Amino acid sequence: MSDSHPSHLAHQFDHVEQQRQASTMGIWLFLITEIMFFGGLFTGYIVYRTMYPEAWTAGSHELDIALGGFNTAVLIFSSLTMALAVHAAQVSNRRNQVLFIAATMILGLVFLGVKVVEYSAKFEHHLIPGPNFHFPGDIGTHVQLFFSFYFTMTGMHAVHMIIGEGIMLWLLINAAKGRYHKDYYNPVEVVGLYWHFVDIVWIFLFPLLYLIGRH
Amino acid sequence: MSHHVVGIKVYIAIFLSLMVLTGLTVWVAFINWGFMNDVVAMSIAVLKMTLVVLFFMHLKYQARLLWLIAGAGVIWLMIMFALTLSDYRSREWIESAFTRPVPWVASEEAATYQAEQMKAQESEDAGAHH
Repeated sequence: MSDSHPSHLAHQFDHVEQQRQASTMGIWLFLITEIMFFGGLFTGYIVYRTMYPEAWTAGSHELDIALGGFNTAVLIFSSLTMALAVHAAQVSNRRNQVLFIAATMILGLVFLGVKVVEYSAKFEHHLIPGPNFHFPGDIGTHVQLFFSFYFTMTGMHAVHMIIGEGIMLWLLINAAKGRYHKDYYNPVEVVGLYWHFVDIVWIFLFPLLYLIGRH
Repeated sequence: MSHHVVGIKVYIAIFLSLMVLTGLTVWVAFINWGFMNDVVAMSIAVLKMTLVVLFFMHLKYQARLLWLIAGAGVIWLMIMFALTLSDYRSREWIESAFTRPVPWVASEEAATYQAEQMKAQESEDAGAHH
């Protein structure tokens, strides 16, 4: 292997810079398909909220702002640790890469744990859409629709986080082996971009689900 | 180009800004501004997204091609919102156009009703005279 073609450079690329740009562009293209995926859910949300605004307010009041706000902070903090993991890879710091990837994973698990607490509270209060759904008043069926959106949107968000946890486990193992350094950190960067995207989805979900008509 | 190492201080500053904006969005939700509550909440969310995209996701330091890709995603999302809502929010207008009473139909119905009432009154009067 010549010096001009290191082992971390795939044969179809001329140089590492080209390889890095290709992987970054690839994940961005994937992320815009994700914008359209979540965009469909947000479109449905807007359509039904404009139809049944009172039900959306009533449903939102059943959600716990403290837990939702705490999770928002946890997720933003995990975005910081992810960004620091990428930084550690860029400066070839193996110890910090492992540290920050592990921190990001733990924060992600904290988020999912809080979500479990929230979901089980909804189960106890008969707020899971279906035959056992119960909400007093005429707007009950429309509040059920709000909760269908709540569970679909936060559920799909949680699925993305669980997938992220799996990918980060793989990333953690490879980082520990010292695979990533200043000339080759594309996987860390790509996973980071995915994780930040999932964070952005939550940045919109939090006010749209938890903070409606609170005044 | 893409190999731009963003300093740790920048990341910390962005993180703190995002935390402050999260607190702000919760705080303003409890103030009654009518429909402006949604406008303010979404403006804060868009600002937070912009900070994440530019700094955490390094878009500020990337090639312009990536700006085009990211921008295209947002533009198509806006097209989806605009076209879907232009359909759903205008359906009521069309429905009301169909259910609005047409003047000459209304007057004919009223005339028929009036004629029937007069007929019934006449037969009642005739019965009383007997």
